[in-house]
Amino acid sequence: MSEEYSVEIVNPEKSFLSKNDVTEVVVPAFEGEIGILKDHISIISFLKPGIIKIFSKSGEESFYVNDGIIEFKDNNLSILTSLILDLKDIDKEKISEIQKSAQEELNKSDINDQEKYLLDQKLEVLKSIN
Amino acid sequence: MASLDDLKKRISSVKSTQKITKAMKMVAAAKLRRAQESAEKGRPYSDKMNNIILNLSNGISDIDNAPKLLSGTGEDKVHLCVVMTSDRGLCGGFNTNIIKKAKLYFQKILDEGKTLKIITVGTKGYDQLKRLYGDNIIERISFKESKNVNYFDADKVGKIVIEKFDKKEFDVCAIFYNQFKNVITQIPQEQQIIPLKTSEKDENSSEDNYEFEPEEDEILSNLLPKNISTQIFKAMLENSASEQGSRMSAMDNATRNAGEMVDKLTIEYNRSRQAAITKELIEIISGAESL
Repeated sequence: MSEEYSVEIVNPEKSFLSKNDVTEVVVPAFEGEIGILKDHISIISFLKPGIIKIFSKSGEESFYVNDGIIEFKDNNLSILTSLILDLKDIDKEKISEIQKSAQEELNKSDINDQEKYLLDQKLEVLKSIN
Repeated sequence: MASLDDLKKRISSVKSTQKITKAMKMVAAAKLRRAQESAEKGRPYSDKMNNIILNLSNGISDIDNAPKLLSGTGEDKVHLCVVMTSDRGLCGGFNTNIIKKAKLYFQKILDEGKTLKIITVGTKGYDQLKRLYGDNIIERISFKESKNVNYFDADKVGKIVIEKFDKKEFDVCAIFYNQFKNVITQIPQEQQIIPLKTSEKDENSSEDNYEFEPEEDEILSNLLPKNISTQIFKAMLENSASEQGSRMSAMDNATRNAGEMVDKLTIEYNRSRQAAITKELIEIISGAESL
C-alpha cells in the first residue's frame, strides 16, 4: 500500500507547487506544528509564520511561509499562503527586508496580543534561517 | 478646398497616428496575454479560499455570534463602494462602463436615503467621479508605480477596507470592476464583499466533517479579512486583463479608422492634384489657341 498523497501550495499569483508523491508534510499550525500523514482526518487550520517541511520520495524540501491556511481532505492537502519562499534559493536581502518590516510593526503600540505573538514568531523564524 | 500641401500634411499626420495606435495595440496584445495568464493562475487561490470559507460557514452553529464580516453589522445605512478603474486612458469604454455601473448603484443608495462613501482605485475613476461625487470620495488609491498587479497592493486596499469596517464607518461594502470575458466583451461587475454573500450551497462541500484547529469562529475571523484582500486581488486581476483587452480592441478600431481616413484623404489628394494638372493644361492650350 502506498503511503503517498498529494499536496498543492497556492499563493495569490499562481499555483506555487504541486506534488503527488509526498509522504509527510509538517506545517506550522497556529497551535503548534502538525505533521500530516496519509489518511489524516479532514482538517482546516491556519498557519503562523514558520517553516513547511515536505517529505517525499524525491527528498525533503523546506519553505518559509508568512501566513496561510491549510485544508486536508481525501488525501489532498491544500496550502494557501500569501507569501512563500523556497529555503533552497533563499534571498538574504528579502529576508532582512521582511524582518525589518516585522520589527517596525512590532514597535507600533496599537497591536493586540495575537498580532504580537505572530510577529514574535515571525522574527524568531526569520532569525533562525538567516 | 484644401490645398495640396495641406492634404499632404494631413495624410502624414494621420499616418503617424496610425503608427502609434498600431504599436499600442501590439503592446496591449502582449500585455493581455500576460494579464490573462496571471488571472488564470490566480483563480485556484480564490476558488480554494471560497471553498474553505463555505465549509466553515456551513459548520458554524451559532449564527448570532458569527464574525461581523460574515453576518454584517445588522444595519444597512452606510455603503462603501470600492470602484476599481485603470490608471491609464485610451482603453475604449473600459472605465466608462465601470463608472456607469457604479453611478447607477450610487443613485439607488442615495435615493434610499443612505450614506455613500467611495474609495477609488486607479486615477481614471477618480477623475470621472470627482465632479459629481467629490464629497463622497473618502480615499483614492493608485498603483501607478507597480508594473504588474500584485497581491500586496490588493492587501493594502483590503486592509484599508477592514480598518474602516472595524471603526464602524460603514455597514455594507461593494466592489466594482470589469470581469474579463473575452477580448471584445468585458462585463462590469458589482460584488458585495461585506457582509459576505455565501453563494448557494455547493453539493460537494456540504457533507464534509472537518476537524478545526483552533475553533471555527477563530479561523473564520482570521480568514475573512484575508478573503477580502483575495477578492480584491481577483478583481484587480480581472480588471487588468479587461483593461488590456479593451485597449486592444479600441486601438484596433482606431487603426482601422485611421486607415480609412488615409484612403479617403489620398483619393482627395489625387483628385485635386489631377484637377490642378488639368487646369494648367487648359490654361496652356487656351493660351496657345489665342495666339
